[in-house]
Amino acid sequence: MSEATDGITSAVAAVEANQRRRSGEAWWKVFLPPVVMFGAVIGVWYFVSYVMMDERRRGIALPPPHEIVDKALLVWHPKKGIRPILEAMLTTGRVALIGLLIAVVLGMTTAIVMNLSKSLERAIFPYAVVIQTLPILALVPIIQLWFGFALTSRVLVCVLIAIFPIITNTLFGLQSADRMHHDLFTLNRTSRFTRLWKMELPGAMPAIFTGLRIAAGGSVIGAIVGDFFFRKGEIGIGRLIDNYSKDLRVEEAFLAAGVSSLFGIIIFVFFGWLSNRALRNWHDSARGRT
Amino acid sequence: MVFPDGTHAVDDVSFDVRPGEFVSVVGPSGCGKSTLLRIASGLERHTSGECEVDRSSLGYIFQDATLLPWRTVRRNVELNAELQGMPKEERAAKVEQAIKLVSLTGHENKYPKQLSGGMKMRCSVARSLVLNPKVFLFDEPFGALDEITRENLNDELIRLFQSERFAGVFITHSIAEAVFLSTRVIVMSARPGRIVADYQVPFAFPRVHDLRYDAAFAELSGKISHDLKGSHS
Ligand SMILES: Nc1ncnc2c1ncn2[C@@H]1O[C@H](COP(=O)(O)OP(=O)(O)OP(=O)(O)O)[C@@H](O)[C@H]1O
Ligand SMILES: [Mg+2]
Repeated sequence: MSEATDGITSAVAAVEANQRRRSGEAWWKVFLPPVVMFGAVIGVWYFVSYVMMDERRRGIALPPPHEIVDKALLVWHPKKGIRPILEAMLTTGRVALIGLLIAVVLGMTTAIVMNLSKSLERAIFPYAVVIQTLPILALVPIIQLWFGFALTSRVLVCVLIAIFPIITNTLFGLQSADRMHHDLFTLNRTSRFTRLWKMELPGAMPAIFTGLRIAAGGSVIGAIVGDFFFRKGEIGIGRLIDNYSKDLRVEEAFLAAGVSSLFGIIIFVFFGWLSNRALRNWHDSARGRT
Repeated sequence: MVFPDGTHAVDDVSFDVRPGEFVSVVGPSGCGKSTLLRIASGLERHTSGECEVDRSSLGYIFQDATLLPWRTVRRNVELNAELQGMPKEERAAKVEQAIKLVSLTGHENKYPKQLSGGMKMRCSVARSLVLNPKVFLFDEPFGALDEITRENLNDELIRLFQSERFAGVFITHSIAEAVFLSTRVIVMSARPGRIVADYQVPFAFPRVHDLRYDAAFAELSGKISHDLKGSHS
């Protein structure tokens, strides 16, 4: 999991750097590189598929792009092609979003409690780390035992993956409040709650949004992983990929994998956009109007 | 004042400031000037001695503007009053007035990152003005600004002082600033800070910009500069 989140963190940095560079550039400089790169990827794909594989392996290991389009993307049928894939994606997406929501509520509350005193932070932090470092695989039997094999368990996997970045980033944000801002509020004899609500929390928003983006990516991965293990209830995209590859429905398996990564990208871009909107007036990470 | 780690910051400093008085404190870096203000404002508890300040309406200007970056100018100016529970309508009127006093009218909806350093400091001053402070403490508020901006803000501050008549304590490294603004200048020694000189500033109000080029002004500045040099050893 930590590999996945590392990847997402660096991707966050990449997207941000990109956004900064993008303003005021010619359109072709913006669109040409990704288009060329996409073309190159497709080219390599065809090359591997036709030159490096014989006919038998090609059908199983790497069907060429146009076959995926013909046999999967353009097929509209309740049991074949893109339709079951989209339905499964919807299920998985719902699981991921519910998990993320729970992680945000629980994670932010935990961070706020930890921010109340150093002792509370010391007492709670080890558990947050445990959640992060325990391999989900090791927890599967326990989760099964307690929450069964259906959607609840899948949501739980998402929460377990998403909560750590929310806790750490929120806590970091709350604690990075300026000492002089604290003095300012002390001079006004404000309550602990007002201090939190009017200074620490707003000041923590950039960090919270960073955590949210990492958590959102993690939650999507968690939902797909959860599909594999907890197979009762509505079928999710992870399980669908598994089924298709076992049944040698390779084109559909590839399409399903493609759709799930597209979903991840959409979620990622969405939270980037949200953060930009929320912070653009005052924070340097967002593109301002000045 | 002795800090828990044993640092002896302020020693045997004693003065009082009445409404209509403006006292500047100059002294070498680290002698305990900020500590003095923090004690006066109640941010820090003194370890010995006495400190009596009317804190019912206290203005405090930090070295940085300490604006909340997610609030507009108007909402920043509103902050102190809001935190102290001033009713909304009264607040709005006072905010309007304070913004006008520091000549930020027209910038109410800007965010701090859209302001220059001088504008940020003005905003910070307005935030305290809303409380109609009887006691106004300044901790090197204009230290980070260029000379011209600083002089302009000094001119504005002295107008404010003439109209509001608060009791002011002003920390600064600039002797010219101290003499121009104050009715009295106190010079402190290196740590532990003691008072080494204490001057009444005789220039009458209203003080105008050109006072700075007066011979008497230069003479007093020279004396203070001399004392300050001596205090460093
Ligand atoms: N909380 C603290 N604990 C220990 N020592 C402190 C603390 N606060 C300040 N000091 C020390 O007390 C001394 C006086 O500090 P203070 O900030 O009052 O100096 P200052 O006169 O305002 O200096 P400057 O002109 O550079 O702002 C310094 O030596 C500083 O290191
Ligand atoms: Mg200081």
